[in-house]
Amino acid sequence: MKIGSPREVMEGERRVAMTPDSARQLQKLGHECYVEAGAGVPAGFTDDAYAEAGVTVVDGATALFEAVDAVAKVRPPTEAEIDMLRAGQTLISFFYPASNEDLMKRAADRGATVLAMDMVPRISRAQKMDALSSMANIAGYRAVLEAGNEFGRFFTGQVTAAGKVPPAKVLVVGAGVAGLAAIGAATSLGAITYAFDVRPEVAEQIESMGAEFVYLDFEEETQDGAATGGYAAPSSPEFREKQLEKFRELAPDVDIVITTALIPNRPAPVLWTKDMVEAMKPGSVIVDLAAERGGNCELTEKDARVVTDNDVTILGYTDLNSRMATQSSTLYATNVRHLVTDLTPEKDGAIVHDMEDDVIRGATIAHAGEVTFPPPPPKVQAIAAQPKKEKAKELTPEEKRAQEIAAFRKQTINQVALLGGGAVAVLAVGAVPGMPASFMQHFIVFVLAVFVGFQVIWNVAHSLHTPLMAVTNAISSIIILGALMQIGSGSFLVTILAAIAVFMAGINIFGGFLVTRRMLAMFQKS
Amino acid sequence: MENAFTIAAYVVAAVLFILSLGGLSGQESAKRAVWYGIVGMALAVVATLIGPGAGLWWLSLVLIAAGAAIGIQLAQRVQMTQMPELVAAMHSLVGLAAVFVGFNADFEINRVAGMDEAAIAALTGFADLVAKKTPVEITILQVELSLGIWIGAVTFTGSVIAYGKLAGRVDTAAKQLPGGHLLNAAAAAGSIAMLALYLGGAGSWTLFLMALLAFFIGYHLIMGIGGADMPVVVSMLNSYSGWAAAAIGFSLSNDLLIVVGALVGSSGAILSYIMCKAMNRSFISVILGGFGGPQGAQAAVEGEMVATGVDEVAQSLDEADSVVIVPGYGMAVAQAQNNVAELTRRLRAKGKEVRFAIHPVAGRLPGHMNVLLAEAKVPYDIVLEMDEINDDFPETDVVIVIGSNDIVNPAAQDDPNSPIAGMPVLEVWKAKQVFVSKRGQGTGYSGIENPLFFKENTRMFYGDAKKSLDDLLTRVS
Repeated sequence: MKIGSPREVMEGERRVAMTPDSARQLQKLGHECYVEAGAGVPAGFTDDAYAEAGVTVVDGATALFEAVDAVAKVRPPTEAEIDMLRAGQTLISFFYPASNEDLMKRAADRGATVLAMDMVPRISRAQKMDALSSMANIAGYRAVLEAGNEFGRFFTGQVTAAGKVPPAKVLVVGAGVAGLAAIGAATSLGAITYAFDVRPEVAEQIESMGAEFVYLDFEEETQDGAATGGYAAPSSPEFREKQLEKFRELAPDVDIVITTALIPNRPAPVLWTKDMVEAMKPGSVIVDLAAERGGNCELTEKDARVVTDNDVTILGYTDLNSRMATQSSTLYATNVRHLVTDLTPEKDGAIVHDMEDDVIRGATIAHAGEVTFPPPPPKVQAIAAQPKKEKAKELTPEEKRAQEIAAFRKQTINQVALLGGGAVAVLAVGAVPGMPASFMQHFIVFVLAVFVGFQVIWNVAHSLHTPLMAVTNAISSIIILGALMQIGSGSFLVTILAAIAVFMAGINIFGGFLVTRRMLAMFQKS
Repeated sequence: MENAFTIAAYVVAAVLFILSLGGLSGQESAKRAVWYGIVGMALAVVATLIGPGAGLWWLSLVLIAAGAAIGIQLAQRVQMTQMPELVAAMHSLVGLAAVFVGFNADFEINRVAGMDEAAIAALTGFADLVAKKTPVEITILQVELSLGIWIGAVTFTGSVIAYGKLAGRVDTAAKQLPGGHLLNAAAAAGSIAMLALYLGGAGSWTLFLMALLAFFIGYHLIMGIGGADMPVVVSMLNSYSGWAAAAIGFSLSNDLLIVVGALVGSSGAILSYIMCKAMNRSFISVILGGFGGPQGAQAAVEGEMVATGVDEVAQSLDEADSVVIVPGYGMAVAQAQNNVAELTRRLRAKGKEVRFAIHPVAGRLPGHMNVLLAEAKVPYDIVLEMDEINDDFPETDVVIVIGSNDIVNPAAQDDPNSPIAGMPVLEVWKAKQVFVSKRGQGTGYSGIENPLFFKENTRMFYGDAKKSLDDLLTRVS
């Protein structure tokens, strides 16, 4: 089969979908390779280099499209390119089918088969053709370099003879492939790196790259990325609020912010608002990798370098991959080559479009005149679902009820036993022959007071046990009443003893209450 | 003897006292609760003074004023670390007062018994009340006042010894005379014999003898209890002083005395129970003194204690996000609470989470540590109880143990042969790093080896707690 790559027509795009190296590999699979003249030049691959690798160099896109059975390109096709496709021809490229439905329809109508590189499912077997990851990796790395280019200071902290340099603080928002690459680049340059992601399970990855995970204090059941194939899903408004609050707290502190938060098939969430930009220090840099889809930063302008009034530079470049076109092309071309390898199982140059294959089925968005997007869920789960935390076994309402009844019954038995015992004891006292009623009256008071005491004391806070002792000590000097009643007795000895008792109790009353007050006054809330 | 007004005043006072104890359920309401207690006490005293039966009210007022002067002095001068001593000392006053009041009642009974009809008719106050009693009532009265004297006497000497131990004036180790608990039992039996003789009309000397025996029991009982058990002892004495007041209330037919005595008695009893539970020991074993002997060989402790310096502690604190401080009696002894508080303030200012873990029996009084930390202006909402914080240790970066030992001893959980096996402890060893501030390598009050000190993540920070923290504060800004 003949596979060819045209020159990318989109402005600023410097990548190419086939390199001399990948062409050699494709030829080993039995394919013939074509390339449009000048297609590889922006990425550093001359036509001669292609020719040397056995690639047929064709002048003009039209001629190329006519010559080949399969077209491999980078950017989604333009309408003109779609119109050049013929029935049975295969197109391999990024497509973003969810936002390019018209194009997809048009391609299907023309009877072409379209394999979208961005639709390759995220399963282990398909990693080698995961172009999104390889591109994101480069973008993340480049984002740090772009930021460093704008940033007026070192990344690493240094103490030099000419003075001390504080390390740069980098915040990476979104720890996907791009985010992790950015973390790696920033930390290896010596910056203090923080990273945030809505998926708590990536904390480990973040920390393994040398950054600090910014934890959110949030109670909601957090996202499990596994359900969405490892991508982030939109978060609840409450979570978002909490997240923004955290960013607001970090904004004055960080020097460089790299935002990479994307949710599949949706506009990029706004995570870095205007007021956060305003809170940043002059000279700070924001690199918004989500600029193509609206940007994570409110002030991002696509493909532009914006300098705000407070001297914060915001880079909304979407061509970071093109800025490293050689590297990007090499990796992308390899991804394409791996996909073609899967398409030619016999290595005989014949493409077998196996719609039963998870990877090929997932990537195919148009085939045999039909739109085949979205694909059914892959048979193999991309990432093992996180084992849900073992919950305490939910008791059925009946079991709960039974437990409550049992506890209640036990309590009742205890209480009745105590009451019964107490009552018998009291009755026994009353039944003593000749027990005067006057004593029983006091006895009742006593029993009730003990009862009240038990009820009240259990509620005393643990930290107040010392004040409790002091206050009970103070009120136990109620013994003074006895002494006061005896002090007026006719007997001299009684008066003396009573007087001493009054005096001692007096010390106790004042000492006890004052000390308690002093202690309690010290307790204060933070 | 009591007129309606006095009784009414007593009712109000009793309610106020109950509210004053109930209010201690929270720090804020407690501040109000003290005033309830003060008003209740004032009301009770005034009502008694103006009620019938009281005489010599001017003398009473003078004496109360004199007592007040001393009490206020004491209350203002006392250091918060000396709270246990003060409370113990004041219990002894109540105990002695109860003894005196009890004897007075006996004297009155004798005096009234020797009077003729005319003299009896002229009697007022307590004597008048006694005179009207039937012989059975007199016997009951005698039982009640003997009980009051006996409990009061035990409370008195017990509290004096407890005071001595807490103030360091008496050796804190558990000491008993030869014969041990047999002596106590003999004294108790002797007391009962004296009571029987007294009720049989043998005269006041039996009462004196009984009081002496009770004094001995109080002394000997508390001497036999080690310093580590003092929280239980103090709350137990607190309880006794209440029961003594209640017994006296019976003999004087004074309901307010009964009510308050019962309140105080039950409060002390519950506190003792809580303390015992916190140590996983029965009340009896505490009272009988000392730790029960180990049931088998204690597991040998492996490893070695690694000493550390102030720099490492400062560095670890600097790197930590969450710090838990476990204070013990050592902090109180070294008066280090203000340094601890300052350290807390500085660490908190750096945005670190600093909390305190308080074991129920830390210190020498129930709640002792809370009071000390409060004095040093540590906010009470970061001071947590054992149950509140025990689960958080695995997520804690640094634990600083200041002058506590048994309450952080992992042997309580790991070693079934340990004397403290089964006692709930603070699981500090689960934290990433533990620093133990300690005076030396000794084993402390209970004499039990602490495997915590030998653990890999434990570093010993030797020296007086206050001095160590002073050094540390110079490194932590």
